[in-house]
Amino acid sequence: MKYISVAAAALMTAFPAVAQDSSDPIKLTLHDWSGQLITTTLMGEVLKQAGHNVEYVQADYIAQFAGLKTGDLHVAMEIWETTGREAMDEAFATGNVINLGETGMQAIEEWWYPAYMADRCPGLPNWEALKDCADAFATPETAPMGRYLGGPVTWGGFDEERVEALELDFEVVHAGTDAALFAELEAAYQRQDPIILWIYSPHWAPAKYEGQYVEFPPYSPECYSDPSVGVNPNAAYDCGKPRGPIWKVAYKGVAEKWPNATKTIENFHITNDEMGKMVAEVDLNGKSVEETVAAWMDANKDTWSAWIVK
Amino acid sequence: MRGRWPLAFWLGLFGLTWLLSAFSFQLSKTLDARWLLKYPKQWELPLEGAIKSFLDWLVEDANFGLFTFRDLTRAIAAVVEMPYQILRDLLIEGFSSGIGDAAVQIAPSLSWIAVITCATAIGHYARDWKLGALVGGCFLYLAVFGQWESAMITLSSVLVAVPIGAVGGLLLGIAAYRTPWFDRMMRPFLDLMQTVPVFAYLVPILILFGFGPVAALVATVIYAMPPMVRITVLALRGVPEEVIEAGRMAGCTRRQLMWKVLVPSATPSLMVGVNQVIMLTLNMVIIASMIGAGGLGFDVLAALRRLDIGGGIEAGLAIVVMAIALDRASQAFAERSQRARLSGNLVRRHPWSTTVFVVIAATLALGLVLPGVQSYPDRLTLTTGPFWGEAMKWINVNFFDTFEAIKVVILNWLLLPVKKFFGGIPWAWGILVMGLIAGRIGGWKLGLLAALLMGFIAATGLWPKAMVTIYLCGVSVLIATLIGIPLGIWAAERPGAGRVILGLMDTLQTLPSFVYLIPVVMLFRVGDFSAMVAVVLYALAPAVRYAAHGLRSVPEALIEAGTMSGCTRSQLLWRIKLPMAAPHLLLGLNQTIMLALSMLVITALVGTRDLGQEVYIALAKAQAGPGVVAGLSVAFIAIVADRIFNALAEGQKRRLGL
Repeated sequence: MKYISVAAAALMTAFPAVAQDSSDPIKLTLHDWSGQLITTTLMGEVLKQAGHNVEYVQADYIAQFAGLKTGDLHVAMEIWETTGREAMDEAFATGNVINLGETGMQAIEEWWYPAYMADRCPGLPNWEALKDCADAFATPETAPMGRYLGGPVTWGGFDEERVEALELDFEVVHAGTDAALFAELEAAYQRQDPIILWIYSPHWAPAKYEGQYVEFPPYSPECYSDPSVGVNPNAAYDCGKPRGPIWKVAYKGVAEKWPNATKTIENFHITNDEMGKMVAEVDLNGKSVEETVAAWMDANKDTWSAWIVK
Repeated sequence: MRGRWPLAFWLGLFGLTWLLSAFSFQLSKTLDARWLLKYPKQWELPLEGAIKSFLDWLVEDANFGLFTFRDLTRAIAAVVEMPYQILRDLLIEGFSSGIGDAAVQIAPSLSWIAVITCATAIGHYARDWKLGALVGGCFLYLAVFGQWESAMITLSSVLVAVPIGAVGGLLLGIAAYRTPWFDRMMRPFLDLMQTVPVFAYLVPILILFGFGPVAALVATVIYAMPPMVRITVLALRGVPEEVIEAGRMAGCTRRQLMWKVLVPSATPSLMVGVNQVIMLTLNMVIIASMIGAGGLGFDVLAALRRLDIGGGIEAGLAIVVMAIALDRASQAFAERSQRARLSGNLVRRHPWSTTVFVVIAATLALGLVLPGVQSYPDRLTLTTGPFWGEAMKWINVNFFDTFEAIKVVILNWLLLPVKKFFGGIPWAWGILVMGLIAGRIGGWKLGLLAALLMGFIAATGLWPKAMVTIYLCGVSVLIATLIGIPLGIWAAERPGAGRVILGLMDTLQTLPSFVYLIPVVMLFRVGDFSAMVAVVLYALAPAVRYAAHGLRSVPEALIEAGTMSGCTRSQLLWRIKLPMAAPHLLLGLNQTIMLALSMLVITALVGTRDLGQEVYIALAKAQAGPGVVAGLSVAFIAIVADRIFNALAEGQKRRLGL
């Protein structure tokens, strides 16, 4: 880290005309999942290369909006369309938080099953197969209904409504956190026991475990709002979950104080694939976030230097 | 307070409640009165909105003329941050000047060797070589197992939070000792500080104190301070009258009397309070890391998020090891007697200070040349991580079916019926019954209080969730008691086994619950059963400890008398020891309930649908109002349970003539 800061100092003296942005540190928020740590560290290191000062602050995914509104925090690198929409809208409405565009990654959230379940429930990944083999996913507590493990209640997702609308014989059980969600998957996978659950990517789980997302009728806004649209003419939510971009957001003061850095952040762009590989390096191969980011930056110098605006 | 038909009263009450619970659904159908089952929406108190607007006002408008409330909290944050940052620089980061990454290092941090030497010196100073070796060994463990950096970050926050908590608690305690009305006024606040789950007030604290380690420190102090206040009041009241008299005769002023007479003579008890503050601070490490404290707590969370069970256990054990070191050292300080001063020159008189100084200077100089002296070399660290992961897998693959069978039996025969029973109780009857139970045990005042507090829960619309909380807590406490009391008896009867059992309990209590939450989910799946197992593991300790302590403190003479009159071992236990230990057992039960309730908030992370979940959802959505309301509901249940069991223990004591 220290070497990079020396390099940054050298850069700053080399290009005196750069000093249009403030030299105060830009505060980037860190959450507790590796993908986000990688995205943020990557952004931070690129900003340092561009001669900015950067500070990382640990903050909760949703609670951070309180800080982004007041300017305690400056930039959040990963706000998912799927889980952060409500909080984002509320924050944008105050006028204190601005959208810095997409990260390039697409969030996918859907029902997912391990590969060995394909034999026990022929017809998957088509969702209609679930109608006939709910009992293959049953546990003693839910039998004869199948057991679907949903995400924390705070994630929303309308799974109870989906089960109802698509007439699936499943009981929805909510995990309290995503750690609990993946703990169950890990345990079931070790035993090759039946399981079907909510998984999202980019995440290490689809890389570590073999399996597939269930293919529901594709999502459309009308499917959620209008009962008559979709397979079941009498119910809404008779389709899959929406997919959407992952956004970058910032405190509005950032654009005034660090105009160049803001443009650099807006230029940041990375794909699901690249991110998936880095997440796997960290979570499955035990590399540190810094190492992984440094390796990517060595290999993709052209990509990230193109983001930098001076 | 004993009625003429105690048994008939309790049986009648239970029978009636059971009937109402079983048939409440039919009853509300036939009477066409939905309000029997569900508290009507239009009667709900608009508390959540009120709390939200109060907080908004506090954050945005509250004003003392010259400055706003928020300026005040931010100023406090800045004052607290200073020593914290200095400690962090000293222990791990090194001093540097300039902001952000343009900073230039002025001086490196203390080397790991220097910190371990300091720790050893403190241990030796507090008691003897053995303690010095233990404390030093604990710190060496942190270095060898690669936890050094995180451990030092955690240590700096502990070193800031503990003095604030201890000194603040001491001052409040002194104020309460001096002015009785202040004492009375503060008691309910202390109760709330100890029972409202921390998750409930994290959001307001974040808003007021900003993001980062300081907010975490503030939350930690709020949680860890109350025992210090209580112990201070008790300790000052316990100073013998003669000592105070002597002070007065010597012509002490009020201030001199307090600081030169009362506080010094109460020091041993006060140190017990400091010890409590340290342990509670370490309990908070994980939750604090959720809002930006970093350190070992963050390592535990991050490891568990990627299902690195070994990593989680190692970081968790590092917290335990640190707790052991700080606990033993602070206990030794509590028991420490003044020793003769050493004579001779400066070096002779202060052998340890000199050594520490020499080691710091030497490692500082050497560290510039040899990096291994400055920070522990990475390639020499040990890890047991893979072992834990493999062990977990082996248990999961081989024993899951057995666990599943046990689980299904307990679910069907215990958990589900109890859940149905509590879930069916109509809210109005529930309030009444709570009042009757409390009134019968502790007098009409307590009965009224219990009914009012339960009424609050119903009036906020949280009744069904509260019933789930009571059911989960009740079942867990039942099982913890069934396991804990026999273990406690065993520990008391066989000192050898006792040491092992009590040591195990200490570890279970200091090990962050997150560490075993994930393995529990892997073996028992998401659901009430997993939550119950986690709660039992956490709440077992007081049941064991109080039982062992209670049995050991039965007067020798009574046991002697029993033996003389020809009691067998089991008669001794059942006829003499257990009845005499009953007040202790009840207090242990009380503590078990308190711990179970505080753990239920954590088990929301597994996925329970109780008040804990309400608190957690409010935190996750950053909504201050609902979080505070649900938190208060948990606190009220805890307070009612606490008062009832204290009244029971008091009654039992009076009956035994203690």
